[in-house]
Amino acid sequence: MSVTAAADPMLPEPFGILRKRRELSDTFTLELSPLHGGGTFAFRPGQFNMLYVFGVGEIPISISGDPEDDGPLVHTIRAVGTVSGALRDMEAGDVIGVRGPFGSAWPVEEAEGRDVVLVTGGVGLAPMRPVIHHLLAHRQRYGKLLILYGARTPEDVLFRKQLEQWRSRFDMFVDVTVDRATGKWRGRVGVVTKLIARAGFDPHDAAAFVCGPEVMMRFSVQALNERGVADERIHLSMERNMKCAVGFCGHCQFGGQFVCKDGPVFRFDAIRDIFSVWEV
Amino acid sequence: MSRPVATADVRTIDREGLDALIRALGAQGRRVIGPVLRDGAIVTGPVTSVDDLPAGVVDHQEAGGYHLEGQGNGALFHHGVGPHTWKRYLYPPVRTLWTARRVRRGFETTPNAEPTPRQAFLGVRGCDLAALSALDRVLRDGPYADPCYAACRAEALVIAVNCTRPGGTCFCVSMGGGPKVAAGYDLALTELPGEDRHVLLVEAGSEAGAALLAGLPSEPADRAALAAAEARLAEAVDSMGRDMIPDVAQVLRDGLTSGHWDDVARRCLSCANCTLVCPTCFCSTVEDVTDLTGGEARRERRWDSCFTLDFSYIHGGHIRRGGDSRYRQWITHKLAHWHDQFGTSGCTGCGRCITWCPVGIDITEEAKAIKNREGRT
Repeated sequence: MSVTAAADPMLPEPFGILRKRRELSDTFTLELSPLHGGGTFAFRPGQFNMLYVFGVGEIPISISGDPEDDGPLVHTIRAVGTVSGALRDMEAGDVIGVRGPFGSAWPVEEAEGRDVVLVTGGVGLAPMRPVIHHLLAHRQRYGKLLILYGARTPEDVLFRKQLEQWRSRFDMFVDVTVDRATGKWRGRVGVVTKLIARAGFDPHDAAAFVCGPEVMMRFSVQALNERGVADERIHLSMERNMKCAVGFCGHCQFGGQFVCKDGPVFRFDAIRDIFSVWEV
Repeated sequence: MSRPVATADVRTIDREGLDALIRALGAQGRRVIGPVLRDGAIVTGPVTSVDDLPAGVVDHQEAGGYHLEGQGNGALFHHGVGPHTWKRYLYPPVRTLWTARRVRRGFETTPNAEPTPRQAFLGVRGCDLAALSALDRVLRDGPYADPCYAACRAEALVIAVNCTRPGGTCFCVSMGGGPKVAAGYDLALTELPGEDRHVLLVEAGSEAGAALLAGLPSEPADRAALAAAEARLAEAVDSMGRDMIPDVAQVLRDGLTSGHWDDVARRCLSCANCTLVCPTCFCSTVEDVTDLTGGEARRERRWDSCFTLDFSYIHGGHIRRGGDSRYRQWITHKLAHWHDQFGTSGCTGCGRCITWCPVGIDITEEAKAIKNREGRT
């Protein structure tokens, strides 16, 4: 059963915080459950919700949980502003508002039969996690499965335990790099795009999903193209200012697209012409 | 407006007939909004009788300039569009979307339940009818509908006026929405301020309009009056103050990295006047506010503008830092990307952004400049 959308798309539903988990110094995960009943929160991997803190404001946050798990709604958030900071200060038992889910999803059906390369940076791993869950739940439908992940430092590696679990599986490949090594890091150092060059996949029949800072995505697309991955098999998740999430407020416009309703996940050839233009 | 009617007889009414129309709309419980004179401009405001209309006032509009003068023939609609647009009556500049109250565990929200106003818009020009149709696509006909807009729009009657005296910054002929209104009205008027007799031709465009017209003291329009109206509209077509290049959408798509944006940025003040007077600019922001006790909160929606720095803020910085990228966003959205998003142009050729720009930046001239600079002459 899914939570029924309110007739007014701007009206948040109260959700209680069941659990809060610290992920990194500035990043945390909330598990949420609707206050007024309703069952599983149905969503597709890549979609987002608008999260509201009473009297403070509202921000778009990708869903980071397993789309096929009928447990709580899961969001992983980095505290970078007023609302995300207020969310960080909340505890289990507190209540926030949720509107959603909104936006486009990673094309997991289209990628069936192909190698799937996930290129992510920083907290960009959070919106990617639902797709990883989906791919693993239907592992036999896909070719090779690769996660290429870059973080600033070893301390910034998100979902580290889960990455290690995935890495220990024989049916997927996980490669992690950091921009700057600290402490006991013995792994790779350098930008995530370097991982693309050496990863083992069939570039002529692979689907690539990219999520991270815009500059990282720009160079990732370049590296994927250099390997021979065509633009129409590359998808990426864009970020812009959002106030409404339903195409009214105009803030998230990216050329002829609304990131909230046409995205956030775009096929690269749909945005290729504007992706490299300054300040679009 | 209500259901359109297939064919309609053209009737004539005089000044008293128009007064009877305004009173009939009032008797239906409608707030009639039409052109009124205020602060040296013709704006929109409540109209309760024909005496509230700006009789004998004409406007002169140019890039960055607007002034009025009296003319004396008593014409009621012998002016172009002013700084106000109809969107403010359907999509108010400030609206409380909902209020919330803190309760023991969490909060409870209450949607704004203000009753939908019953309105009648008097004097809607072809350009502004095109604007309403464009806004319908944005706020009503997409996957989500704005409840306030949809309800206000359904309750509003549209009394259109065929424009017989376009302003100096008008270019509706280039954009295809005027000067003659084609559809989307309940009644359409064409004013004929003759020497001896001041009449208005009236056509019903909907069942509601036809019912209203049937209740007015009117006569069938004679052939001379019809011919006079045709002649006036033909003259209006030829007296557009501006024109838009027909290939503007492609010119702007191809010109995203043009050096001309920097040239505009040197003149543009990023004041947002153009977006506030534009009849189709729909961007808004929301503000969450609490009372002093922190127990009550509300979300207010306000008109916003892509010319402000904060408009494009995401953590880590603003996307559109320069005036060049903000002006480019506005004009390319209006004239090119609107087609991708809503299947129509976002510009209706009303000319308001040209008139009310404090430095006289002209959307038609900037489009031409991009085209010429990029060598597409």
